[in-house]
Amino acid sequence: MKLAYWMYAGPAHIGTLRVASSFRNVHAIMHAPLGDDYFNVMRSTSERERDFTPVTASVVDRHVLARGSQEKVINNISRKDEEQHPDLIVLTPTCTSSILQEDLQNFVDRASLSSESDVIPADVNYHRVNELQAADRTLEQITRFYLDRARKRSTLDRSVTNAPSANIIGIFTPGFHNQHDCRELKRLPGESGIAVNQVIPEGGSLKYLKDLPRAWFNTVPYREVGLVTATFLEKEYGMPYISITPMGISNTADFITQIEKLVNVWASALSGKRLSYKLYVDNQTKFVSQAAWFSKSIDCQNSAGKEAAIFGDATHAASITKILAKEMGIRVSCSGTYCKHDAERFNEQVQGLCDEVTVTEDHTEVGDTIARIEPSAIFGTQMERHIGKRIDIPCGVISSPVHIQNFPLGYRPFLGYEGTNQIADLIYNSFNLGMEDHLLDVFGGHDTKGVSTKSLSTDRREINWTPEAESEPNRIPGFARGKTRRNTEVFAKQNNIPEITIDVMYVAKEKSSP
Amino acid sequence: MKTLEIPTFECETGNYHTFCPISCVAWLYQKIEDSSFLVVGTKTRGYFLQNALGVMIFAEPRYAMAESEEGDISAQLNDQKELERICLRVRNDRNPSVIIWIGTCTTEIIKMDLEGIAPKLEKQLGIPIVVARANGLDHAFTQGEDTALAATTHRCPEYNCHTTNQQKEDVTGRAVVDVAPNNNSSGEKSKPIRCNLVLFGSLPSSVASQSNLESKRQSVSVSGWLPSQKYTELPALGEGVYVCGVNPFLSRTATTPMRRRKCQLIGAPFPIGPDGTRAWIEKICSVFDVKPDGLEEREDQIWKNLSDYLEVITGKSVFFMGDNLLEISIARFLIRCGMVVYEIGIPYMDRRYQAAELLLLQHTCEKMEKPTPRIVEKPDNYSQVQRMHELQPDLAITGMAHANPLEARNIDTKWSVEFTFAQIHGSVNARDAPELVTRPLRRRSDSILGCRSLSRQTVDV
Repeated sequence: MKLAYWMYAGPAHIGTLRVASSFRNVHAIMHAPLGDDYFNVMRSTSERERDFTPVTASVVDRHVLARGSQEKVINNISRKDEEQHPDLIVLTPTCTSSILQEDLQNFVDRASLSSESDVIPADVNYHRVNELQAADRTLEQITRFYLDRARKRSTLDRSVTNAPSANIIGIFTPGFHNQHDCRELKRLPGESGIAVNQVIPEGGSLKYLKDLPRAWFNTVPYREVGLVTATFLEKEYGMPYISITPMGISNTADFITQIEKLVNVWASALSGKRLSYKLYVDNQTKFVSQAAWFSKSIDCQNSAGKEAAIFGDATHAASITKILAKEMGIRVSCSGTYCKHDAERFNEQVQGLCDEVTVTEDHTEVGDTIARIEPSAIFGTQMERHIGKRIDIPCGVISSPVHIQNFPLGYRPFLGYEGTNQIADLIYNSFNLGMEDHLLDVFGGHDTKGVSTKSLSTDRREINWTPEAESEPNRIPGFARGKTRRNTEVFAKQNNIPEITIDVMYVAKEKSSP
Repeated sequence: MKTLEIPTFECETGNYHTFCPISCVAWLYQKIEDSSFLVVGTKTRGYFLQNALGVMIFAEPRYAMAESEEGDISAQLNDQKELERICLRVRNDRNPSVIIWIGTCTTEIIKMDLEGIAPKLEKQLGIPIVVARANGLDHAFTQGEDTALAATTHRCPEYNCHTTNQQKEDVTGRAVVDVAPNNNSSGEKSKPIRCNLVLFGSLPSSVASQSNLESKRQSVSVSGWLPSQKYTELPALGEGVYVCGVNPFLSRTATTPMRRRKCQLIGAPFPIGPDGTRAWIEKICSVFDVKPDGLEEREDQIWKNLSDYLEVITGKSVFFMGDNLLEISIARFLIRCGMVVYEIGIPYMDRRYQAAELLLLQHTCEKMEKPTPRIVEKPDNYSQVQRMHELQPDLAITGMAHANPLEARNIDTKWSVEFTFAQIHGSVNARDAPELVTRPLRRRSDSILGCRSLSRQTVDV
């Protein structure tokens, strides 16, 4: 047993449900006790989803415990089949069903005899994998199911599309800024004449899954979900894939270089022409993305050498680390991830970009590290935002676990060239806010004017300001004048100094500043 | 208690959305100030808690998960040793007066003997350990509190009416205890303050003291609350003590003092809404042979205060999907407000414990000349949505899973969980429930433009 207050990645079934409900017309049935369908609430509230979440529970109650599910699961599957005619029903195990060790495969086999929909059991082990791994696994399972079937029925069209095209794998609900990223990602190859063949799972239709192999290559924008599917497609269908996340200027450039390489393999074979995106990258970097210019501007100069701590999922934490260290000259004191299963690769990616690496699922460990380092800004998840609040350090949220405020209505991609702009804003604003707060502190807080002498009003007369000292506060910025005056008087009171001279003022300032 | 048959009881499939009963830790840890809650179960429970409780999780709460891992499930690890290690840490971190273990589905299925382990560890650690089995196999949402309070009942000190006042046996042989320590006027026979009344149900302390005052006004003083503000201040229970519930989901807590502590249960409607509050106090008064004083005027006064809300809701229709067991009481109150209730979905209906409330519901319907709503136990959300599609209610009181989709289908919704956390008990808080109910309706009448009207072009070309 483990004492825990908070977790970064959810339980396995959440991952399965996220993938299933991202596809169009797929229904998930959870084998779970009452109250475990909490996923519906999350999706409905955080994504402000207009449709009913296609997830229901086949409720495990005392009867099930005593006699097994028997016909219950099968009835629930057939019922859903009749009511809503989904293309696919995914029977989702939870911790409860894994402990009960009911034979879900058997239910599925029996239910598929009578139902029009396809039925499959999600093949995830509750205790071995977390939310992200399960999502990765389920996506591959569904893809494989439909491709294998198409192959058996020989409806599979193995010819590649005439024009270069790509699949985008791993956009799903409710992912961190996934919707915006998807739009940006479609644009990225689109502008360079590459069509998007399919996006899965978000909005993907199962009918067209068999056309996945027609694309020239696959892109997997997030390491957490989609890699397994991409490797499967590579192995079985010889499709190459790009696993570089186009986040930040240099990563995006790398991403496009990869595209160029992959496209040219086919292009030169098909038409003998070679494509070059060098000019495209140059133009985008100079004119669309402001981030390159920003990192040269005075603003960014000011934040050079400042310290930051980074924590999040492997994709975002690694990319942001790279952006801060390489593109903005900010010192990353600590970079970390909760994706323990991807630790090796993460270490490799941030090697040399940060002082220390933390791989942990324990938020208190992250909190302690941050408190020890005392960075000027944190880039992390919602949890780090709260850690930052507690110790007065600004935090920009860069990764899930998500919160409703991570589903902005406005266009806020993290990927591609527009993404670089968004990230630059996020980073600059976090540091800038911290700086502003700090300045206010130095100058004694917001302008408090007359109120400042309140506590001393009775014996105000005892303290005299020499004329020179009297004029000195006028040289301090207006908003801090009141507070400085007061601090000086308090200091004088405490030290029994009857008259405030300029010297006293400076001593006071020295004493009051930390 | 008599049972009551309303012809329109139905029972559906139980495919409905509700919170897991472990969510009760959210309000109970705040209520019982010196407690520490330990939820024993898998990641699924922890994930639910951290998402359901949102911001609260960041406030260093006094609850935690004892997260079972594979070794626990397959019994490679010793439950008692594991729990001991974790409770030791909890004790060192927080130093609570009581640790409350919340058993979950996981502990049920692997048959972890929490009740057996607790007394052993209690002795070892020197801290009381209360075990509440609030799992989704047996319970829904607020029933979690029910299991926790029922378990706490066993820890209440013994009340001994014979030693405290033997001389005070009245004609009926009922022990009446003179409690108020400052009540020195034993000669003043006209207004004796009686206080062998214990109320059960977790309410915010301000609401609890309002209830105390309200009954004191009728010369009935409340001797204690279950739960109390502190675990160390639990009320005494025993023969001669009367208990009365303030919430409709506390049927276990109601039976435990009766069966195990020889208390007497006062079956009353629940103090939700001015009508409910009045009926509640009247019932308590009748048990203590007190003639209620000025209740009718007070109720009228409160209804008058509500007139602005009543204007908004009178004649509107409402549909309860059902998830927190408060439904009957709130529906009764809303019918009295002039609304039409189409359906009351409810997870579980204890017809004995809620008998008085059901009766009041029936009377209210007759009085207001409104049809008696159908009561659907263990509702089926899918069928409910179909029914709603036909009925087109003005308002659906529902969980968050359905709220946005229903709004998108042009049915105004109110999130039902808010009723669990809002202060809706007693006369003082009578405005809070209609405030919640009218919010979506007012929003509509305040004429926010809908999508259609917003997209309409207003400029003539």
